[in-house]
Amino acid sequence: MQPAELSAIDLVNAVRQGDLSAVQCTEAFLGRIEALDGAINAFLKVDREGALRTAAGIDERRKAGKPIGALAGLPVAVKDVLCTADLPTTCASKMLEHFRPPYDADTVRRLREADAVIVGKTNMDEFAMGGSNENSAFGPVKNPWDLTRAPGGSSGGSAACVAADMAPVAIGSDTGGSIRQPAGLCGITGLKPTYGRVSRRGLIAFASSLDQIGPMARSAADCALIMETIAGHDPGDSTSLAADVPRYTELLEQPLTGVRIGRVAEHYAEGLDPEVAKGVDEAFAVFKAAGATIHDVELPHAKYGVPTYYLIAPCEASSNLARYDGAHYGHRTALKNTGGFESPLVEMYCRSRAEGFGPEVKRRIMLGTYALSAGYYDAYYAKALKVRRLIRQDYLDAFKHVDLIGGPVSATPAFKLGEKTGDPLAMYLVDLYTVATNLAGVGGISFPCGFTKSGLPLGFQLQAPPLAEPLLLRATDRFQRLTDWHLRRPKKIV
Amino acid sequence: MTLSRQEVAKVGMLARLALSDTELDTMTSELSKIVGFVSLLEKLDTTQVEPLAHPLDTQNVFRDDIPAPSLSTAEALQSAPRHDGECFLVPAVLGESGAA
Repeated sequence: MQPAELSAIDLVNAVRQGDLSAVQCTEAFLGRIEALDGAINAFLKVDREGALRTAAGIDERRKAGKPIGALAGLPVAVKDVLCTADLPTTCASKMLEHFRPPYDADTVRRLREADAVIVGKTNMDEFAMGGSNENSAFGPVKNPWDLTRAPGGSSGGSAACVAADMAPVAIGSDTGGSIRQPAGLCGITGLKPTYGRVSRRGLIAFASSLDQIGPMARSAADCALIMETIAGHDPGDSTSLAADVPRYTELLEQPLTGVRIGRVAEHYAEGLDPEVAKGVDEAFAVFKAAGATIHDVELPHAKYGVPTYYLIAPCEASSNLARYDGAHYGHRTALKNTGGFESPLVEMYCRSRAEGFGPEVKRRIMLGTYALSAGYYDAYYAKALKVRRLIRQDYLDAFKHVDLIGGPVSATPAFKLGEKTGDPLAMYLVDLYTVATNLAGVGGISFPCGFTKSGLPLGFQLQAPPLAEPLLLRATDRFQRLTDWHLRRPKKIV
Repeated sequence: MTLSRQEVAKVGMLARLALSDTELDTMTSELSKIVGFVSLLEKLDTTQVEPLAHPLDTQNVFRDDIPAPSLSTAEALQSAPRHDGECFLVPAVLGESGAA
């Protein structure tokens, strides 16, 4: 087997045992990137030199009998929303095209300390706002299963690079589905942990009460491996949870006998593609065969999830993105004396932001500013916060009766590039099945559960109560022992 | 729900975004549609519901006040569009922005 076909767990073991050097392993994936990424555009930056230098250092330490980290030699691709002190961090925005962070994100620091090899930064929707990766200022990512289709978003580059074996593992972020939806559309496994499980320090903020970092890989077992490194409390993020980090990889074995999985009638709404519905039903059958029991549960406020999300997230974004003012870092306009502004400083702010941000980011800043402005705050933002409580309560009530909630991750398989770009509202609805997880602050995972007749991956989503990542990973791992959808790869990409 | 072009222009100024005439036009129609869509929430009676700003029950986090190194001036200025080695440089804070 070629290194690029091995699981992350096998790669780490091979490097530890000396069957494969960290340099060989890194070169194998860099070679894939070189051959394929011209067609896919999953990476905004490939750090060939830095990755090989890190890998060589690991090989030297191993040969000298010195200790090596838990992820020694494992190539990892990092979404370009996470700060890296030695690499550009653009958020796929012209605003941050030349930005160089002064420090590493906590997740990046943990990866480096575990001796993972960061191979590059992945493409995404600008500032993580979008569901197709078409909002990147540096061109869309193509879905490796069909280059005319979107990979989903916003972590589209992270999903596509794993699907095309350009990295065994990638890091994504999920504010309303940005890990799970692209994982589903690209046929890989993506975990959105409980809010606060992974530190947000150094994650460029979009909507701070919703943002969460998580692993994207070929399997739940590989996600479990990464979680052991990236999860945990960080004094630099006071919302990160203090709970102990379980040994996720050691908690996969227990069978699913007696685990109760909820099926939600609201998930079978109008617009659900029949092939997706069929794949989801078949996945429930697999879980049943594995010993789980399936129960109908209700999430009565499910239909309010998308409108609630599209108030809360833009409101938080309009506040978070106020920091891009052309003064401290980021793009500054070259224009002067254009007239109509209250001062030269305000002119600089307004022009720099207008030039630096793309259309979707502007739209969300405008929507959030409007909903927070005098006279509208109560009707929109405060109202959305109240509905958020109802949505969370739905989950807490449902989890009194079931251990997990299952269903589709997206209503359709991967859609065509350009299909939804003219209609912002149609694009917002791709988040239909994923936003409520973030509003409730619970965890979710998505993984492949079949393919359409035309060969596109179908995704299944499981959601669990706060801190039930071990169960999410165990259930998905069990599913992946009984099926081989997650092992399928696009036949010929270029 | 319809927003006026004037309203959108005012929001643009609040958001510190210099929108072009074309952008104002598209933004007015798109925001009207989106605001109409999110207004679905009006149908829910929430008079007895407390707002939820944070998803998990969290407690205040205390720590000892121990001095620790912060970013150096050079690090803080490293991505600044303009600086003089000690401070960020910006255009005049006061005074009108005259047309050239």
